[in-house]
This record gives sequence, structure tokens and C-alpha cells, in this order.
Amino acid sequence: MTLETKLLGVTLKNPVLMASGTFGFGEEYAGYLDVSRLGGICSKGLTLHPREGNYGPRMWETPAGMLNSVGLQNPGVEHFIRHELPGMRGLGPAIIANLGGGTIEEYVEGARLLNSAGIDILELNISCPNVKEGGANFGLKPAIATQVVSAVRKVFSGPMLVKLSPGAENIVEMAKACRQAGADGLSLINTLLGMAIDVEQRKPVFRNIAAGLSGPAVRPVALRMVYDVVRAVDCPVVGLGGIATWRDAVEFLLAGAAAVQVGTAVFQNPEAPLEIIDGLQRYMERHGFEHISDIRLKK
Amino acid sequence: MPSEMVTVRSNQEVGEDVFEMRLPSSVPAKPGQFYMLRREGSALLLPRAISLCNQEEDTLTFLYKVVGEGTAELSNMKPGDKLRLTGPLGNGWPLEELSGKRVLLVGGGIGIAPLLLAAKALRQQGNPADCCLGFPHQPFYQEAFQPDCGALSIATESGVAGHKGLVTQLFDPADYEIVLCCGPTPMMKAVVALCKAAGTPVWVSLENRMACGVGACLVCTCSDHQGKNRRTCKDGPIFRGEEINFDA
Repeated sequence: MTLETKLLGVTLKNPVLMASGTFGFGEEYAGYLDVSRLGGICSKGLTLHPREGNYGPRMWETPAGMLNSVGLQNPGVEHFIRHELPGMRGLGPAIIANLGGGTIEEYVEGARLLNSAGIDILELNISCPNVKEGGANFGLKPAIATQVVSAVRKVFSGPMLVKLSPGAENIVEMAKACRQAGADGLSLINTLLGMAIDVEQRKPVFRNIAAGLSGPAVRPVALRMVYDVVRAVDCPVVGLGGIATWRDAVEFLLAGAAAVQVGTAVFQNPEAPLEIIDGLQRYMERHGFEHISDIRLKK
Repeated sequence: MPSEMVTVRSNQEVGEDVFEMRLPSSVPAKPGQFYMLRREGSALLLPRAISLCNQEEDTLTFLYKVVGEGTAELSNMKPGDKLRLTGPLGNGWPLEELSGKRVLLVGGGIGIAPLLLAAKALRQQGNPADCCLGFPHQPFYQEAFQPDCGALSIATESGVAGHKGLVTQLFDPADYEIVLCCGPTPMMKAVVALCKAAGTPVWVSLENRMACGVGACLVCTCSDHQGKNRRTCKDGPIFRGEEINFDA
């Protein structure tokens, strides 16, 4: 029995990855859990140029979830390659660099730099506001997403995941379009858009009004989308959205995910990812599964 | 273990909506650091960031005010109940900069909590700090400060105890070489302005809503005067007062 598995040709110790934006560049958490046991780490969302992110409140807790409005604060791709990536490499898990952008040119230039940087996998975040199109998310319409993915595909030769937004007009059509445009695999879902109002101040909590909802609240939505996408495309799918326990992870694997990402759960319990790995192992032993890919729904 | 399940030793109300919780821990913390606390099986998603107030042998004491659902849940915990304790986190007071100096501690309301361990550390150095504590109404916990301070002064806005008015009316920063401050943002802003005018360095302990507590998620950032983000949890919670833009 082994938890070891392959994702887009990359060997992972296990199928549990840390989701982008929740785990920094890995070293932040190094004192709080044995980071080397993780299957992989998705970097904080990178952009070509450094970004300070959004002003004002950035987080609000909601029932079984949280809203965040960090605004892609990050040191920029070049700084990442020079300063964060070497430390991340030393941790052991596979390195997945998450890349966003405000224009197609920014995506392409960022991907070009990452192409020779020595990352294991590129995860393309297409849920970013398109600066030239009035800030509409690149990940809503297949035609726009196709432009980003195919442009990046031309300059990035390594394994590439495209991370889908649950705000897509039709998640299955979006998945097919991204696959056709050159994605080697898909990861879903990114955060759902929500908002909160401070009733004492009588104002929206966030300056941008809308913010990204994550945590167990989004899990059934994520699971349904993963289930549908797995059945519509011929590439590996990485499932994420509110996974907090081994049972949640198994649900996504049963739905057909090749691997899972854990995000918000690490805030409530830094050891949650390791507890998920251990629980997954016990589940496989109990059911006599040899490989992660044996975890499949009953016919 | 920096993140572990621990058992509540005691949890009692010591002022209006102010509680004192004692927890076991074997890891030594620095004065000014904080922990993340979350009740086992809580229906709430996130732990709450609470400053360490006191540390004696294997016991940590947290002083906290009930301001929302998270702190209300903590206040309902009984001895024997379990919670996940992650920490110590953050940088702590710059004790090495305080040695031999005339130090003033300024606390407002529940912001007095992280100052107690600084007072104890300074007394142990043979250099007890003067201490000014301000409260809206009934003071709490001032008796814990008494044995560890030089001069202790109290201000209450309602006038029920000590000076009637604001804590900022109790001291002249020119009398001190360094000031440590924690309290509501308007109070810290006023103390920093007074210290700046007097040329006295001041350090403040900031608070913000946090998720990870370790510097990874970037939801608790504050802003410096250059517009650069500082992570309250990891770069702080203690900052030089002059650096922070309280109006950002």
C-alpha cells in the first residue's frame, strides 16, 4: 500500500497539497507541522510584478467559512524565484507555483520566467480581474480563459494545472475549453464570491465589497463541480474547497480527483494536513486499496 | 509542541466582560507574544488570537474581553474543557532595548494584558517600570500590576477610580526613555503622538483579525508610513509606534 502517486508526471509522496494563499511559501509553517510530509505546496499567488494587495479589512469569518480580500499581495515572480523558491525547495514537497495576472501579457511574462525556474508544476490562476476588460474575471467565459491558457502554453513547457473559478458560467464547458487550450490538468474550485456587511458601522466589510469565500461552507459546491468536471475531461483533476478532514479528502478522491488541496483548514488546526494524510492511509488499509487511484466510487 | 490540545485549568470573570483563563504549557514564551486559541469541536472556523498576560512555571494566563462570538465561546469554557493552543507566536517586546532605561508602560482596557509580563521582566532586571492604566469604567487586574511596577497610576473615563479622564493625561513621555503601549487604536495613536513630540521612542502592541497567526495568509496586515504592509502576526504584534500608519 502506498500513498505515493503521480500528478502530471510529477511524483508526490501523497496526494495532499497545500492550497495557494493559505500556506505562504511553506517556510512560515515549518515550525508548526512537519512540512516535509506534505505531497506538495502551492505557492502564494504570484504576479509578474510585486503587489501590496488590498487596503482595509482583509478577512471576515462566516458560518463554516471565511471571506478574504487579500488582493494577491505577493513579492512578484522574480523575487519568488530568487528568494522564496530556494527555501521552498529545501522543504521536500513538490513545488507548485501559482501564477495570476492582470493582463495576458503579464501572465505570459510571468510564465516565461517560471519556465526555467525549476518548479515542479505551474498552477494558473485564471480567477484574476482582467484589467483591460473592466476587471471582469478571466475565468468566467471560456473564450477569455482560452486566450490566457493558450498564450501561457506557448511559453511554459512544464506540467500545467489551470485553477478554475466556481463563478464560471458553465464549469464543465470552462474545463473543456482550458483542457483544449493546453492545460495538462485542472484544479478546482477557487473561492466563491461573497460579501459581508458590518451592521454596527452599516457599511460593507470590504472596500471591494465582494471577497472570496473558503472553508467547509463551499465544500459541497466544490465536490459537485469536481464530480462533473472529472466526467467531462480526459485529464487529472485536483479537488479543493473546504477540505478539513480525511473523510472530506476521500470524498473528492471518490469523485475522481487525482489529488486534493487543503487550505483554510490549516488555520483552524496546523496539523490538519498531516491528520488528513494519516486518515487517508488508514482508510486505504481498511479498504485494501493499494494505490490512490484505487479509490473510486462503487459501480 | 507549538500546537496542541490542552485542558483549561481555570476560567473566571475578573471584570465586566473580562475573563482570565489559565492553561498549561511547557514551551516558554516571551513577554508580548500571543497564542491562537480554539475550543475543541467549536462550530466557529477560526481560532482567536489572544495575548499572553502571564506565565508562571507551566501555567499560561490569558486575559481577554468578550467582544464577539469567539471570545464569548472562550468565556463559557469550564476547567477540564479542551482547546487547541498554538503558540507562542509573534515577536514580543524588545526587552533587550529596555535594560537600564526609564520605562513607562501605558495600557488601555483589555490592552493592559500584554504589559504585565513586561512589567515583571523589568522588575526582575531591578529596573521596575512606571505604569499608567486607563479604563472606561471599573478598573480590573490593576492589583496584578501593583507588585511589579514602580509608580502605578489609574485613569477611568467615568471617574469611578483614579484620575477622571484619559490615560494620556497621567504622564509626560519626556520623563521616560522608552514607552510600551497597548490599548484601543485611538489611544495608541494619541500616545504615539505624545511620545513623538517628546522625542521618546514608543513600542505598540497591535491587534487584528487573524487566520493563520504565522505570517502565511496575509489577512492581518497593517500599514507603515511608506505604505508597506506589515504582518501583525509575524512582523509584530509589537512595532515601533512611529512606523505604523494608524489611519491606513
